[in-house]
Amino acid sequence: MQVKEFKPLIVAFCCNWCSYAGADLAGNNRLNYPAEVKIIRVPCSCRVNPMFILRAFQRGADGVILCGCHPGDCHYTSGNYYTRRRMAMLFSMLDFLGIERERTRVEWVSAAEGAKFSAVMTDFAATVKALGENKRLEDLRCKK
Amino acid sequence: MQKVSQQQLIDKAVSLLADGTVSCVLGWTKGEFDYDITPALFTDEASLRQGFVWNDFCGANFSKYLVAKTRKCEGKILVFLKPCDTYSFNQLLTEHRFDREKVYAVGIPCEGMADIDKVKAICGDGISSIDCNGEKMAVQTIYEDAPVQVDASSVLAERCINCKSKKHVAYDELMGDEGDVIDSARFDEVAKLEAMTPDERFTFWQNELSRCIRCNACRDACPACTCEVCVFNNPKSGVENKSPANSFEEKMFHIIRAFHVAGRCTDCGECSRVCPQNIPLHLLNRKFIKDMNECYGEYQAGAEVGSRAPLVNYTTDDLEPGEVFNGRDSDA
Amino acid sequence: MQRIGVFVCWCGSNIAGTVDVKAVAEALKAEPGVVFSTDYQYMCSQAGQDMIKESVREHKLTGIVICSCSPRMHEATFRKTAAAAGLNPYMVEIANIREQCSWVHKEMPIGTEKAIILGKAAVAKVNLNTPLTPGESPVTKRALVIGGGIAGIQTALDIADAGFPVDIVEKKPTIGGKMAQLDKTFPTLDCAACILTPKMVDVAQHEKIRIFSYSEVSEVKGFVGNFDVTIKKHARYVKEDVCTGCGACVEKCPMKKVPNEFNLGMDNRPAIYIPFAQAVPKVATIDPNACNMLKNGKCGLCARVCTAGAIDYKQQDEYIQEKYGAIVVATGFNPISMDKFDEFAYNQSKDVITSLEFERLTNAAGPTAGKLLRPSDGKHPHTIVFVQCVGSRCDSCAQKGKEYCSKICCMYTAKHAMLTRDKYPDTEVYVFYIDVRTPGKSFDEFYRRAVEEYDVHYIKGMVGKVTPQGDKLKVQASDLLSNKQLHIDADLVVLAAAIEPDKSARPLATMLTASMDTNDFFTEAHPKLRPVESPTAGVFLSGTCQGPKDIPETVSQAGAAASKVIGLLAKDKLKGNPCVAHSNEQMCNGCSSCERVCPYGAITYEDKEFRMPDRTTAIRRVAAVNPAVCQGCGACTVACPSGAMDLRGFMNEQIMAEVDAICK
Repeated sequence: MQVKEFKPLIVAFCCNWCSYAGADLAGNNRLNYPAEVKIIRVPCSCRVNPMFILRAFQRGADGVILCGCHPGDCHYTSGNYYTRRRMAMLFSMLDFLGIERERTRVEWVSAAEGAKFSAVMTDFAATVKALGENKRLEDLRCKK
Repeated sequence: MQKVSQQQLIDKAVSLLADGTVSCVLGWTKGEFDYDITPALFTDEASLRQGFVWNDFCGANFSKYLVAKTRKCEGKILVFLKPCDTYSFNQLLTEHRFDREKVYAVGIPCEGMADIDKVKAICGDGISSIDCNGEKMAVQTIYEDAPVQVDASSVLAERCINCKSKKHVAYDELMGDEGDVIDSARFDEVAKLEAMTPDERFTFWQNELSRCIRCNACRDACPACTCEVCVFNNPKSGVENKSPANSFEEKMFHIIRAFHVAGRCTDCGECSRVCPQNIPLHLLNRKFIKDMNECYGEYQAGAEVGSRAPLVNYTTDDLEPGEVFNGRDSDA
Repeated sequence: MQRIGVFVCWCGSNIAGTVDVKAVAEALKAEPGVVFSTDYQYMCSQAGQDMIKESVREHKLTGIVICSCSPRMHEATFRKTAAAAGLNPYMVEIANIREQCSWVHKEMPIGTEKAIILGKAAVAKVNLNTPLTPGESPVTKRALVIGGGIAGIQTALDIADAGFPVDIVEKKPTIGGKMAQLDKTFPTLDCAACILTPKMVDVAQHEKIRIFSYSEVSEVKGFVGNFDVTIKKHARYVKEDVCTGCGACVEKCPMKKVPNEFNLGMDNRPAIYIPFAQAVPKVATIDPNACNMLKNGKCGLCARVCTAGAIDYKQQDEYIQEKYGAIVVATGFNPISMDKFDEFAYNQSKDVITSLEFERLTNAAGPTAGKLLRPSDGKHPHTIVFVQCVGSRCDSCAQKGKEYCSKICCMYTAKHAMLTRDKYPDTEVYVFYIDVRTPGKSFDEFYRRAVEEYDVHYIKGMVGKVTPQGDKLKVQASDLLSNKQLHIDADLVVLAAAIEPDKSARPLATMLTASMDTNDFFTEAHPKLRPVESPTAGVFLSGTCQGPKDIPETVSQAGAAASKVIGLLAKDKLKGNPCVAHSNEQMCNGCSSCERVCPYGAITYEDKEFRMPDRTTAIRRVAAVNPAVCQGCGACTVACPSGAMDLRGFMNEQIMAEVDAICK
């Protein structure tokens, strides 16, 4: 029997001003990264509600990554500072509940860092892939 | 036994009603059993003398009731606040949830509340009456002739063993001392869990949370959960679920609830007290409090009105989300 | 239910090369709401856009999904196309299948699969899109300039010359600021007063400009185009419109022992005073802390000598309310306190002075009438040591001084050194420096003249200690180039103190909800592309409140700020971004969490009556978002525990639908 290769499902929330532009630059420069990464555009990383992240896990995502402008560079001056606190607390809580901490990540990617975007996504996808399927936080209803 | 007697509180309430300071009294009354105390609103002396109860089972935190009651009552409401209740009281004021002018708050000292499950563990089921007025608690069961004498300190609720403060941070009038903030070991249990491996933690929480029946008692009793419409009741929120359809939703409910009250939770412990399944829900809230204290400096919600909670605040050199795990990698 | 049209772009071979566009169009046909799906070589071309318009009409589309390049590229284009077809422009969503797909995934099946998923997410979002209309708000055609130094003066003049009324609020009794205290200006050496005072007069005489001197901004409400500002006019105990500035009161005032702040305390002034001869407005002011009449009711001499009858001991602080469309911050700078720099003996010897004090000592209108005399004994100094970078470019660990370069010190020190040598050739002048920084037009030439023509001794190294001894100042320093310790017996030591933003800037920033950096300099909206705008709409920056600057730079920034203000005031109405936060009043708790995280102060609260579930009514505090101020970051939506706060265009439901579509 042939074992099918595990392909993780990764949701990446990217802020419109820096990280989404960084992803565009990765595209412009043809910097490859795994196709498992699917980007959702948000105006600012601070728009990302923990509920979105949990929802992604519930619906079968294996990893969720949040990208925003570097601290100090937020288009809205302070949005990513709130993101930083919220996600630090959320991730610590998920870890407290025994959920693999490597499944969640925050990265700051500027509009000029296409190469970083590609590298971060490649690394994150590999990390999540190594962890295997997300069993601890999944919605049993949604699996066939 | 409590320092201030039931009679003193009734007399205080009666006199404040009589001189027109307040028009009604938010107090405790006996429910189905002696230990099953429920909140009640009194408006006259007769009902106070007949129904008002104050003993070791009056754990209910009345701050939350003020949100709805102040909207309804004409005149001021008298509320008796234990030290831990005063933090919730202040937190609700910080959030503008009720009009301070409509409340007359009397601070009362608290010697800690009893956990009925601990009493039952000593005396067994079938408790017909409990008298908390003596040195020891006298528990009468239907199976025994004489009441069992129980040491109040041996049946103290977990949240009272780890009481964080006997200080009244808000009141119009005080019966007894103002009290002090005390050192507590309330984070020890959280630290114990943190020291476990992720697998052990997962197993621990799976055992605990899978018992959840989604009765919503934790939410309904929580003084921080005073939302006009809870996200879990709101079909547009995307997380609406009134009962869990699977194991994920149990976790999701408790994570989101804990996150929503993070920075606003005063650690009053009502969630765990009211949980019929005895899930230690307060540990989730304490985890957030511990993390926020460690990462962003000590913060006690409700210690003062108008303070800015850590999650609606920031500094430019906060640690990165990945760095919260630094120094706790014994389990990595 | 929406009727959605899907348009898959080939982008020539850019997309079609690695994504099977026909398969994508076909797959998306099956998605809920999709009634039409097609592909085309260049969607952004005129023909492509015409096809979209045609399809909207033919299929009665209510929403459009374009699978193409990044929305950062053509979102605006396709929104216009939708509008031209009679659709609300915000009913368009773009699936980025070029930058995020065809350009980064080389294999056709992988690219195609991902493109379909991205398309599904966009369809899921459009299903929940609602038409959005940008709000409009009127513009009050009046500007407020806070600060009356050269920056504020230039900004005000430029705005007023364009025909818009301007008010200047200055906290001192006169406008003029720091430049009025300077003697000569580098690198041309023209006298500061000669070029500044005519401008001050222009301001005073300009029919479009009002000056509120001795005043401060005490409250700011509102938003771009519609600021409501309260100005507190301090009582100066002199009727401004009656006083003629004759100066008789100043002459007669018996209380003459008040340190004169205009000369930095190096001489005294009376309790009633006019800061300097060319002050604007030229009106006397009574110092309530010094005046005997105001303190204990004994005196009243000034009232008796004032023939105009301008003295009014009972004058009260006055509050003025005014509406403005734009606010310019021009609060300027101050030299830092020398208290932490004991090594230079500033507090021990009168002959250790700051550069600004040196300016007054050499100024013809200064305490020594322009003669360079030592403050201690009035003798001519024969050896002067200038110390650069005092408190500038400090190590952050040193706990004193500033990390930044104050930028102007190298040049004014060269000026001081050169002027001293020019006027008093018998004086030896030493300048101790870390580096000499001269990036500016004619700056390096100027510095070289000081060294080459005027024989100023420039020594690379820092002064370690200054010790007063007798009537000399023992200066201990190191010469880094020859690696020697130097001991100089100086008569005068001049410290080039770092400059810092005025203390009034921080509370003002809070009022304006304008952001500041850790040094209390105002932050610009973009360091390169929007250097004179604050991130807070309608607030502009002029001069050193934004960072250290010399006069030419300040004036050019002042002009730039003015042109931005003029651009704003020239509009009759402002069109907002419709993707802003809004609060559902039924669900709002009024808890203020959202207000605390809003960087723009866009959220206010109001008490409203509501029908409760039990059919009673109750007054509840609820949040209201001002769409003209909100910039749409969404910080509030997550801070809101009840989920009452949501962001138009990026609603919770919409993002969740995208998550679901991706994870399906």
